[in-house]
Amino acid sequence: MIRLEPRNEVSKGLLYVTPVIAIGVTILAGVVMFAVLGKDPIRAISIIFLEPLTDSFAISEMIVKATPLILIAIGLSFGFRAGVWNIGAEGQFTVGALSGGAVALALYEVEGFWVLPLMCLAGALGGMAWAAIPAFLRTRFNANEILVSLMLTYVAVLLLSVLVYGPLKDPEGLNFPESRMFHPAATLPILIEETRAHVGFLVALAVAAVAWVVLGRHIFGYQVKVMGQSPRAAGFGGFVEKRVVWMCLMISGGLAGLAGLFEAAGPVGQLVPALPVGYGFTAIIVTFLGRLNPIGILLAGFVMALTYIGGETAQIEMNLPSAVTGVFQGMFLFSLLGFDVLARYRIRMFRTARTAPLAVQTAVGE
Amino acid sequence: MELAVLILQGIIVAPIPLVFAAIGELVVERSGVLNLGLEGMMILGAIAGFSVALDSGSLVAGIAAAALAGAIAAGIFGILTQVLLSNQVATGLALTIFGLGLAALWGQGYSGESTAPLAKIHIFLLSDIPIAGPLLFAHDPLVYLAFALVAGVAWFLSKTRAGLILRAVGENHDAAHAIGYNVVAVRMAALLFGGACAGVGGAYLSTVQTPFWVENMTAGRGWIALAIVVFASWRPGRVLVGAYLFGGVTVAQLHAQGFGIDIDAQYLSMLPYLVTILVLVLISHNKARVSLNAPACLAKPFFAPS
Repeated sequence: MIRLEPRNEVSKGLLYVTPVIAIGVTILAGVVMFAVLGKDPIRAISIIFLEPLTDSFAISEMIVKATPLILIAIGLSFGFRAGVWNIGAEGQFTVGALSGGAVALALYEVEGFWVLPLMCLAGALGGMAWAAIPAFLRTRFNANEILVSLMLTYVAVLLLSVLVYGPLKDPEGLNFPESRMFHPAATLPILIEETRAHVGFLVALAVAAVAWVVLGRHIFGYQVKVMGQSPRAAGFGGFVEKRVVWMCLMISGGLAGLAGLFEAAGPVGQLVPALPVGYGFTAIIVTFLGRLNPIGILLAGFVMALTYIGGETAQIEMNLPSAVTGVFQGMFLFSLLGFDVLARYRIRMFRTARTAPLAVQTAVGE
Repeated sequence: MELAVLILQGIIVAPIPLVFAAIGELVVERSGVLNLGLEGMMILGAIAGFSVALDSGSLVAGIAAAALAGAIAAGIFGILTQVLLSNQVATGLALTIFGLGLAALWGQGYSGESTAPLAKIHIFLLSDIPIAGPLLFAHDPLVYLAFALVAGVAWFLSKTRAGLILRAVGENHDAAHAIGYNVVAVRMAALLFGGACAGVGGAYLSTVQTPFWVENMTAGRGWIALAIVVFASWRPGRVLVGAYLFGGVTVAQLHAQGFGIDIDAQYLSMLPYLVTILVLVLISHNKARVSLNAPACLAKPFFAPS
């Protein structure tokens, strides 16, 4: 008979080992999946997980994909620690791109060092404004922030589409639903020549460092942790729950908005209806894979970026559908969540028969 | 007149996927589990139902496959959350991401195909009554099944011993365990039922309502169904009210576009989502009432003390 026995303390060591186990199990499950699909499993796995690491251009593309994932995931990690579930980062990403992009289009052909910072500010504020809706509705009306932020994602994507069909459409274009390309002054500087890796990555690194300090050293990080582990204790400690909810949603909304602007002013270079590609959702996996820890999230962002690049290569080389990436990401989170039981519980084997007499069992409250 | 009847018929049929998904989730939540993977289970049901119906030529087989697919997905969720004690919110999200990906992979070869619609049941004489006939007595069997399911769940929860046990597990799992009920088994059964319902709801969308497959075709209906359960304050009868409110807005929005009302289509498409938020606010603002109606152990992990 197998039983689970709670550990007195979550095992720190296992907390770092389980993500590695989860990656291994996901790869094994992937082998089975490809075999079922009738594709060469070994080749598919090596294309998805190994090949991108040997190619310098693929690595630069990993930086491009990891940047928004890391930015959004770090924002989400505050809320997830405190039990504030912002699931609508995709919507905040979209509105951030929209508001920052609108600034870029309004200041078209204006050359000035201040254009780009202004766009970043507008992007972050746009994301914050979108996240303010679930924050207000939760703190004022007790409405569930999971559902509200998610519903707003659908609204944001529709808003982007209606605006690029209308007021933000390229005046010189062929009536395609897209804005004009941003002016060079409104485009993010490139980090590595001949690639699409942009300075947004440096911002993501800086954000990770700041988050690490805030979580470990600042009173706000402490409040977030207490509220997540015991909301009642947080109340006794005199922290205002509403303030923590607001802060968490503002941080995650602002960073998601900034990530959206980086995407528009970086690799895409314009506003198009297809701008939101699901980074907001994948970032949720990155947050958990990174153990809600900024340094872990940095690593996790790269692992997830790898599955994107690998998935794209597999699409071209082996004619696999792009949906393979989503399946991998889902399996990943499944196995990670499943193996986490090891860090929180001890597995004990028992012989089937209990030896103690019934009276003794009752006496010890069995 | 005929147009009005046609529109009303549309309004009766449109919310059926929501009814299936929401009534299943209601049972799950009454047992104390929050499964946020509704969207993933619906989309898996949609593709399973569509592909099996197309390949076998039998819609009944398709619907059965959809129920099975939804139940299997819910089973994965159940093993993770009930046996391995993972976080229910995170696991539900994983199920949605996984479901959307797997459905897209599965449906790759099925875009552009289409199934024959489900034959409508014409009840002898009754369906010939003007206006009321086509509105009430000339739908496909799944419409009637959805209504029967709501009535059945209401009866099960309030009038049967098993329903009482399920509610006991949802209200206080420690007490239910102490009396000797198997909390995990009850919750697994509820989850499998909820998954099967969500699967059928998805299949209704892909085989009856639109009869073709499009990637991501559930378009947030799983999440709306979750909101409907809150709206219904966990009472089966009110699920119908909620589903018809949202379904009605969707249909009205489509017809407004059809009548050439001069608003961009996207603004009208936002309506169902905005209405969901509005209703959620109206329902939730009275904190005391929500906590009175919500199952006390909702989304709390249960660890059997030895």
